[in-house]
Amino acid sequence: MIAELQSSIGHDVFMGLAQAAGAIALCAAVVALCRWQAVRVEREAAVSMARGLVQMVFVGMVLALLLHGSLLIGSLILLMMTAAAAFTAARRLKGMEGAHLLCFWAIAAGGGTVIAAMLATRSLRPDISMLVPVGSMIIANAMNACAQAVERLRAEIAAHVGQIEAGLALGAEPDVTVQPYLRSAVYASLLPRLDMLKSLGLVWIPGVMAGMMVSGASPVYAGIYQFIIVAMILAASGITALVATVLMRARVLSGGPVDASPERRWRRALSSPYKADLPSRLLFVRFLRTIAIL
Amino acid sequence: MLVEDISIAVAAGEILAVVGPSGAGKSSFLRLLNRLDEPTAGTVLLEGQDYRSIAPRELRRRIGMVMQTAYLFPGGVAANIAFGPKQRGQTLTAAQIASLLERVGLPGFESRDVGNLSGGEAQRVALARTLANLPEVLLLDEPTSALDEASVHGIEELVSGIVQERQMAGVIVTHDRAQAARMAHRTMLIETGRLVAIGPTNEVLHDR
Repeated sequence: MIAELQSSIGHDVFMGLAQAAGAIALCAAVVALCRWQAVRVEREAAVSMARGLVQMVFVGMVLALLLHGSLLIGSLILLMMTAAAAFTAARRLKGMEGAHLLCFWAIAAGGGTVIAAMLATRSLRPDISMLVPVGSMIIANAMNACAQAVERLRAEIAAHVGQIEAGLALGAEPDVTVQPYLRSAVYASLLPRLDMLKSLGLVWIPGVMAGMMVSGASPVYAGIYQFIIVAMILAASGITALVATVLMRARVLSGGPVDASPERRWRRALSSPYKADLPSRLLFVRFLRTIAIL
Repeated sequence: MLVEDISIAVAAGEILAVVGPSGAGKSSFLRLLNRLDEPTAGTVLLEGQDYRSIAPRELRRRIGMVMQTAYLFPGGVAANIAFGPKQRGQTLTAAQIASLLERVGLPGFESRDVGNLSGGEAQRVALARTLANLPEVLLLDEPTSALDEASVHGIEELVSGIVQERQMAGVIVTHDRAQAARMAHRTMLIETGRLVAIGPTNEVLHDR
């Protein structure tokens, strides 16, 4: 392991450190300019730069080790990333019992399905040096989609408790009363990814394509591969947002003491005894029906 | 505990007013009647049948509710009125919708967008939407509190007339004792979630 690390520290690392020193010097000059105008950021800038450099050197060392790791280690790393992503996304559902698990299943479903599809179609080599970076991109986007979808659904339900209860009071099935807000939440979470796909090549050339071209791949193939990655990001985000919102809807209408937030209306929507209304508790059937409705 | 130890009966064709100070539990009491909230103890009998033995969706069809705010669904008036029956796979005919609108004093409003209605008109549409389900009980949660005086009297007359006409049991929550006096045959007074008095409206309101 030490030998692998040593072999990764070559001449280019020292050159990189020299270039980093240049970047730090430029930042220090800007800090001095700020001080001239009585803007005091010396301490924060120094701490931020030191942290940034140390963290990136550490990540580089970890990646140097990973390049020689097994596929199992790669899969475990993706699993850990999924858990960390779930933890981050679940912060949008503060107070909801089981929010971490809900986000974990949603991100795992989106990321897992897409990564498995890419491996099956050979768009992704079962090689740790490719699996981890591409997988992390997909998981990170699934995390964002999950957070945006649950946040939006929560806000929509809190803002429309009256309409939801009016629908229930008229004898509507609970799923029907929440459906417009679920649709809006899924759409809102997909919008940034749709824009990303639309602007591909016109507004931005993503890092994967640039990296492939630098390492000698055909620019056309690099472009096509980049499209595949962004399309897969969209697919992962879609699955994640659907699973997250359907799981959340089941909780919203389950009648259990799910949310302990101080927002009374939101809690009321969560705690009403709608459980008895649900003819089917089979999540898979509800999931398919939601897709059909959407 | 929001509401405790209340036992009452409401007959067909009768309107019972629920009055009391803010926070007394009036609306909480009403929400227990159609299972928008679940009682921790006790039950409701609908024509002698425990309401837990009735499927909630069917129960809510039979016990209609008009809320403080109309909460109309975005779109047209006709679609709002057809919403309830549509949930059971039934389609209201144009004539049925027109008849309901005429009954609530809004003839020709079928194609209006709900965004263009006044508060009073919206509440009338909400009433028509509830009536489209042919309920046996009508719950009203301060249905006129957001309306101007002219609209208030219009809605009061409308509700009283329809309850008589259809022989429904009506329960109205109101903070306005004069409204209770105008509409209700009997009145119940609750304070801090407990029943304080119930009887003919004039007696209850006169004694307190």
